[in-house]
Amino acid sequence: MEALAKRLARGGTVLADGAWGTMLIERGLLPGECPEALCLSRPQILTQIAEKYLDAGAELLTTNTFGASPLKLRGYGLAHEAQRINRRAVELLRQAAGERAWVAGSVGPTGALLAPYGDTTEGEAYAAFELQVAALAKAGAHAICVETMTDLREALLAVRAARRVAPEIAILASMTFDSTPRGFYTIMGVSLEQAVAGLSAAGADAVGSNCGNGSAAMVEIGRELVRKSGRPVLVRPNAGLPERREGRVVYPEGPEEMARNARRLIELGVAMIGGCCGTTPEHIRAMREVCGSVGLAHLPGRSRPDRVASEAKGP
Amino acid sequence: MDIVKQIADGLERGDHELVRARVREAIECRVETATILEQGLVAGMNVVGERFRNHLVFLPEVLLSARAMSAGMELLRPLLIRDAVPGRGKVVLGSVRGDLHDIGKNLVGIMLRGAGFDVVDLGHDVPPERFVETAEREQAQIIGLSALLTTTMSGMGEVVNLVERRECRGRIKIIVGGAPVSDAFAREIGADAYGFDAASAVERVQALIAAG
Repeated sequence: MEALAKRLARGGTVLADGAWGTMLIERGLLPGECPEALCLSRPQILTQIAEKYLDAGAELLTTNTFGASPLKLRGYGLAHEAQRINRRAVELLRQAAGERAWVAGSVGPTGALLAPYGDTTEGEAYAAFELQVAALAKAGAHAICVETMTDLREALLAVRAARRVAPEIAILASMTFDSTPRGFYTIMGVSLEQAVAGLSAAGADAVGSNCGNGSAAMVEIGRELVRKSGRPVLVRPNAGLPERREGRVVYPEGPEEMARNARRLIELGVAMIGGCCGTTPEHIRAMREVCGSVGLAHLPGRSRPDRVASEAKGP
Repeated sequence: MDIVKQIADGLERGDHELVRARVREAIECRVETATILEQGLVAGMNVVGERFRNHLVFLPEVLLSARAMSAGMELLRPLLIRDAVPGRGKVVLGSVRGDLHDIGKNLVGIMLRGAGFDVVDLGHDVPPERFVETAEREQAQIIGLSALLTTTMSGMGEVVNLVERRECRGRIKIIVGGAPVSDAFAREIGADAYGFDAASAVERVQALIAAG
């Protein structure tokens, strides 16, 4: 398979998958249950979701490890399982994807605030990211996807950890911005310019934004990112912002609307699009149509990942 | 500059050492406790809340000011009790069952305490029964619910239903907040109010208590 970083730099738009959380809930994840623990307890669910996104035309799958930092797993009493969860998550997706798609290891925020705002030191956060990233990379992830970050210091720790433990791996780094009268900022006050400059300097291969906005607002963010970034840009919108209808939490934006805005993102020169909260295989399928099938043709088959397949027999 | 104004100023700047020193000084100079609280700490925090809402400052500034507020309140609390400054009401606060996030909830707690409310913070991952039982036992007027996840926000409706089943709806009002929560959501589950951010949560709680 072509290296993802090379593919991103070459131009054209790579299509990533959509949300996993909402798909997990549909398949029985209970309120308050640790989503990442499903990698160990019900791996077949993850394989099913991977198949759906592959069928929809996703070229990159994101592992179910958003909250699989030992700092976050601690809240569930699962910190000791961090390595196993991260490893298993990659193995499952590599097995499902074969040569059809890249697998990116998701790394979300630790959930703890860094000092002086909270009690967590940079050293603790770095150690947690290093452990997670090393497990993901060792299991065969093609990329590390540092996502939904709002604190640039924390995002940089994750990117640096990835650069250090897996120097060759592609790093996708994306933050969550709010629209303010003065431009786009994260809740921690990081401007879009600061994010782009910081993440690029730390060694991210692609920089971007995910979550927090529907696709229309993300077109504006994508425009700014492309203008300000020397690196490939990635954009993954939510299916709108959650609403409650008839007792259920729903994301209002349908596949057609998202595909319309995906076209605008592609025209802007965004290197990777995909979905965040509330998006489904139907959204990705609709985006596939506007991407054309260009991306898929660039994924030549090569060696089968035998090592991963043999390790993936289960806990 | 007048010492009370200096306290407000230190709070705006998030300087907890300055706030602690000036509050101590004000207490030694026998400035009225209520004045230190209202015109110093609360006034300063209100400015920060307003700036946050207008995107002029972000979460880090609010967190630093909240820390300064706590530093001032630590010195002031024994005096408020001694002077029997009447409490403005009691709020039972927590993140709902299954939700392990508490940054936003803690912020609301600090702001409520700063505004003179008694706060019973139950922490995170709190089952519905515990909210309602605590509110009844503590004779709290308000239950404040926080959720960061779309997977856990449904737990807010359970608390509302439980309050209804126990027929304490007249005595206990419920306010909800958190990233996925909206005004429409609050109305749909039958909550009494929605706090968009920590500052507006305090305003809503004040309004709920004023309305009885």
